[in-house]
Amino acid sequence: MPSALINVPAKAKRGDIIEIKTLMSHIMETGYRHTASGEVVPRDIITSFTCRYNGTEIFRTDLYPAIAANPFITFFTTVTESGKFEFEWIGDKGFSETASASITVE
Amino acid sequence: MKLLGCIAVLTTLAGAAVAAEIPQAERRSGYSFMTADTEAMQDEDTANPGMLWVLDGEALWKRRAGAADKACADCHNDARASMKGVAAHYPAFEKTLGRPVDLEQRINLCRTNHQQASPFAYESRDLLALSAYVARQSRGMPIEAGSDPKLAPFVEKGRELFMQRQGQLNLGCINCHDDNWDKKLAGSAITQAHPTGYPLYRLEWQSLGSLQRRLRACITGVRAQAYDWGSPELVELELYLMSRAQGMKMEAPAVRP
Repeated sequence: MPSALINVPAKAKRGDIIEIKTLMSHIMETGYRHTASGEVVPRDIITSFTCRYNGTEIFRTDLYPAIAANPFITFFTTVTESGKFEFEWIGDKGFSETASASITVE
Repeated sequence: MKLLGCIAVLTTLAGAAVAAEIPQAERRSGYSFMTADTEAMQDEDTANPGMLWVLDGEALWKRRAGAADKACADCHNDARASMKGVAAHYPAFEKTLGRPVDLEQRINLCRTNHQQASPFAYESRDLLALSAYVARQSRGMPIEAGSDPKLAPFVEKGRELFMQRQGQLNLGCINCHDDNWDKKLAGSAITQAHPTGYPLYRLEWQSLGSLQRRLRACITGVRAQAYDWGSPELVELELYLMSRAQGMKMEAPAVRP
């Protein structure tokens, strides 16, 4: 299973704006490269990333071949209640990974 | 005649420019040549892509392998204690071989001798992951490689390789990294050849890579035939470079542009 690194503050005050940082291990092969013998190296990228906060989707992005390996995706959200952030990466060749992080709201 | 005179003057200048090693007080890690953004990427564990390999290495450390069905952890227990400071001493002298081995070779010796498993290929994800995990345990500690007196002749050999001009461009490592480290090459800082952060994540590679990969790329860059992976010459160069950096802090896994 590929490694992922998630950075979500463990605690925050209701209404705070927090930054969420995610780093997913992936080669992001563009599909535009060739081997020495001329064969195309097939595309193998993450195509979509979503984040749900207690089940509600709060962030989604599509990824394309020009994005570097091991995509680092960060975004901001307003904290409303204690709970769980669930992250999902979907890509070529059946790539599908999830991770989660909890937050306590005071 | 005038032209010949010019060439003579230039040759003399070039000869005089071959300076001694960088004075202790002026030594800098490659880190200090980077932009603030890249420094921030290295400093934060959840932004440093090298940490992905460290995580993989942690899993490998506990995984049993080979005919002996033993994991690294079965002998070395918790790497956070047993591997603390270890990477700062590598390359280290290996008695049975009578020569220095680098961290990757040490891991593979452990695999073949104690786990009775096949060695990892150089630059394979597993070898990079395990070496990154081990090296991570020395972060912030001073480099002590090369202080073993048994290593002295090998440090000297590495030093000679560092000085030796080679390849179609007829350059030695020293011509860039001692004489011109404060300048730029194609827009990039040349830096001082202090390998404080290996294995490290290069943005250009989009991957973690070993010091041997870096050295082979440099040698190819002066259009010379690169030494084979794991060759004694590469290990001696690694050893000399680490001994140059004695006392500087370990940064593995570092990030470099």
